[in-house]
Amino acid sequence: MAMPTEATGASWDVRAAEDSDQLHARLSGGGPAREAAAVELHALLLKAARFEVGRRRGSLPHLRGDDRESLAQQSADDALMAVLAKLDQFRGESRFTTWAYKFALLEAGVKVRRRAWHGHEIPIEDEAWERLADAGAAVDQDVERRELIAALRTEIERSLSSRQREVLIAVALNDVPIDVLAERLGTTRGALYKTLHDARKKLRRALAERGLGLDADRIEGGR
Amino acid sequence: MSRRRDEIEAERLLARALGPRGPELSCEQCFEALDRYVELELADADAAAAVPGMKAHLEGCPACDEDYRSLLAFLDREG
Repeated sequence: MAMPTEATGASWDVRAAEDSDQLHARLSGGGPAREAAAVELHALLLKAARFEVGRRRGSLPHLRGDDRESLAQQSADDALMAVLAKLDQFRGESRFTTWAYKFALLEAGVKVRRRAWHGHEIPIEDEAWERLADAGAAVDQDVERRELIAALRTEIERSLSSRQREVLIAVALNDVPIDVLAERLGTTRGALYKTLHDARKKLRRALAERGLGLDADRIEGGR
Repeated sequence: MSRRRDEIEAERLLARALGPRGPELSCEQCFEALDRYVELELADADAAAAVPGMKAHLEGCPACDEDYRSLLAFLDREG
């Protein structure tokens, strides 16, 4: 049995790290060894994708077992394509298998979220205002918090562009998964998060100008 | 729902609307560093110090936070 490494603790062993390195080396080579390595990698990615789909099965109560397996297979296939296409971007900062697993988990997570929202409308603004009103009622004995929540609604309507308002309301207030919104709007998670980030920054500034007592690092937070 | 739970929900809503404290990574930078970050955490190293801006991004981006939790849980189980 392989010994644990000092650097990574008892659950990580040298043999697994070596196997991971060898897998990367075989994938980077050519011929039959590369093809065999790709099959091996696909099996690992499928294990990760099944894990993720299984973890999130509660969000897909209507999906049968073979549909979940199909989702995991599609995720592993797409992850394999992504890993092989980006192989030269692996910098060795983690085990190769850890680096590869994240692609399978991402693919499966996105697919599950999109499937769970399939056929559902994105909640409208009114639902967000109701949630804010409920939040205001919950803190009605805390004057500062109550004022903050009231001002938040005003500034969402006044300070944000229509796109920023749409993204902030959907993702931050109505809990719409950002991948789902990205698909509906024909854009990417990263682009939408940038919009959300800019909207939050505008709101923090606008609220600070009203003297609503937010911490300085919250107001200045940025990328 | 109890009053305390309502207050917690109100704070959660405020936090989601106003975002995390401090500078944060983008989603692309987060994905790029995720494998290293999670391995450092599993090794009980100071992952937040090694990857500045990651913790704030995970607080602000529910989707990236789910990816992070999934990788952590998967590696923890696989060993």
